[in-house]
Amino acid sequence: MGIFKKFFDKLKYTFKKTELNDDFYDELESILISSDMGVETAIEIMDDLRLICKQKLIKDTEHAQIELKQILINRLNANEIEFNYPLIITVVGVNGVGKTTSIAKMTKYFLNKKKSVILAAGDTFRAAATEQLSNWADRLKVKIIKQGEGADSAAVVFDAITSMKAKNNDVLIVDTAGRLHTKTNLMKELEKINNIINREYPEAKKLNLIVLDASIGQNSIVQVKAFKDSVNIDGIILTKLDGTAKGGVVYPIINDLNVPIIFTGFGEGVDDLDLFNKESFVDKILM
Amino acid sequence: MALFSSLSERLNHIFSKMTKHGKLTALEIKEAMREIRVALLEADVNFSVVKSFIAKVSELAIGEEILKSLTPTQQVIKIVRDNLIELMGGENQKLNISPKPPTVIMMCGLQGSGKTTFAGKLALKLKKEGKKPLLVACDIYRPAAIEQLKVLGKSIQVDVFERGTNNPVKTCKEAIQYAEKFSIDTVIIDTAGRLQIDEKLMQELKEIKKEINPTEILLVIDAMIGQEAVSVSTAFNDALDVSGVVLTKIDGDTRGGAALSIRAVIGKPIKFVGVGEKLTDIEPFYPDRMASRILGMGDVLTLIDKAQEAVDEKTAKELERKFRENSFDLNDYIEQVNSLKKMGGLKSVLSMMPGIGGKLKQIEEQIDEKKLEKNKAIIQSMTPKERANPDIINGSRRQRIAKGAGVEVSDVNMLIKQFNQSKEMMKMMKNPKAYGGKMAMIKKLMGS
Repeated sequence: MGIFKKFFDKLKYTFKKTELNDDFYDELESILISSDMGVETAIEIMDDLRLICKQKLIKDTEHAQIELKQILINRLNANEIEFNYPLIITVVGVNGVGKTTSIAKMTKYFLNKKKSVILAAGDTFRAAATEQLSNWADRLKVKIIKQGEGADSAAVVFDAITSMKAKNNDVLIVDTAGRLHTKTNLMKELEKINNIINREYPEAKKLNLIVLDASIGQNSIVQVKAFKDSVNIDGIILTKLDGTAKGGVVYPIINDLNVPIIFTGFGEGVDDLDLFNKESFVDKILM
Repeated sequence: MALFSSLSERLNHIFSKMTKHGKLTALEIKEAMREIRVALLEADVNFSVVKSFIAKVSELAIGEEILKSLTPTQQVIKIVRDNLIELMGGENQKLNISPKPPTVIMMCGLQGSGKTTFAGKLALKLKKEGKKPLLVACDIYRPAAIEQLKVLGKSIQVDVFERGTNNPVKTCKEAIQYAEKFSIDTVIIDTAGRLQIDEKLMQELKEIKKEINPTEILLVIDAMIGQEAVSVSTAFNDALDVSGVVLTKIDGDTRGGAALSIRAVIGKPIKFVGVGEKLTDIEPFYPDRMASRILGMGDVLTLIDKAQEAVDEKTAKELERKFRENSFDLNDYIEQVNSLKKMGGLKSVLSMMPGIGGKLKQIEEQIDEKKLEKNKAIIQSMTPKERANPDIINGSRRQRIAKGAGVEVSDVNMLIKQFNQSKEMMKMMKNPKAYGGKMAMIKKLMGS
């Protein structure tokens, strides 16, 4: 509530009068737009707020803000995720969003839960991507299956599944090449990886997680759509929330594309990952 | 490179509505501005930048001048375009060169903005221009970042200077001494990505700057960045007084509103854009061209530049003659496919054509660059005689060609059919009157 209080104070200062006038709504709308929520969603939410304030006969800004916070929370995904094992997580996303770091963090998350983890260096495209993940694997003391740069990523995944089955590992996390979602070949490669996983380990639980960078704007929507066209996307890892970026773009993604946030990342350390928390996410948007 | 294409779609839509109305009323301008506001916000232009832009353009647009004019739509477009150009900084600004070598270029930016890749692209570009660049690896935090730069350096045959995870300030100093000793004229420093609010790491950048006094400090920003563009660029500029900005990753379908925001807020020029994953995918940033693209007016200048690089004058003249005489044959077709490739592929060329902007998405779906390659293989399986006279290609020749190219006979048939169609099209272009109806349709498609 501390952060939210700051928001109250800011608004109180701006709006000495407590009536709900257009200036008040405009200011709220600009806060929402500044979170990268997109103008359409922001307008929708403001319409919701006006309606609720009217229905509940709310006349002061303080109560209106509590309602706004509730609207924002309600629009986020409802279900808590439950992980079932053996679990194969394939991590996708465009270049530079923080896929590899997120994989390291998830590894730590599952290790903390006393699960055994194995990694597959499926990004055979970017220079030194395999080295980067191997580096993390060394630090976290987990096994990594890799081949050289330019190798067939599906073959790496195949090897990883074989090893996972032999060692009875609980979790396999597959790194994939970052790709601009407009590159068809690389998207085809993803489909191939998915097919291999389904074929080789049908009984394992599979999750395809997309990594989104909180500082990216409306393009994140396009990214999720494009990946969804190729493979099923089960959830979002929203990274880089330790900066001033708020990642409001997940609102249209959750609403229109029905993809929930699973994890949030907030730093470069392996422990800087949390399961998604609606309340603190909304607090930051309103900060 | 479909940057801004969605924005142009919207603006075209707004203005096409206006054309139908004839003369504009103040109310219509207000409506247009409201849509421009939404379009700009959806293009991720910063909220406050949009606000002041709209206020300014509205003021200029709502006036007697425009209401009395004969083509109000064109006037509104001109005002919006002029102001977009102004907002993005007027003219293209070149890289600063130090009078006393080496020229030191320092890169900085958030994690994942594409600094390392861009450093490689810039080094390759400078090398092609006859410079002797040196890459310096100063990202000591991200695992394997130094390795990544070394792999890049090797692939473009540019030396990479590194001191492992030693203090970056010291590494930079040593790199410059090294450059002086081996008469290297350009030093490109790749620093670690950092958040603009990370005081410790921002301090490190300030120290590097203080120690080595770079000729150029380039802030690298992901063109897909959202409202954050303003706080990121402001913070880096406050700390380092950057000399320029580089926008990366505009080869996706990003709308790139950041280009507008950054210049408006920190007043520093955008010097380059990164347009793809290949190391040759680097272009200068031209505000006027970009503004034209925003408005779907095409980016003909960039196209001409690229064409000049890809096609020599003699070949171009020869081709023009063939077009005129309608003696264009399959040899020329191959030549065209090759030049297209040099120019960045068909999609890239199309996205720069006037009037295509908004329609690129539809066209993109129909273009298959692989098909061009396939056609090339087919033509290469023909004898020189067949290439020059496609008419002689009969059934058995078709079968032989298909076998040689590893395709089906139907693919060969398709290619020959297409070739004949394009010849027909060329005839139309030469003599539009005879084909009045069809030509008008094509013109309409091209948006002129």
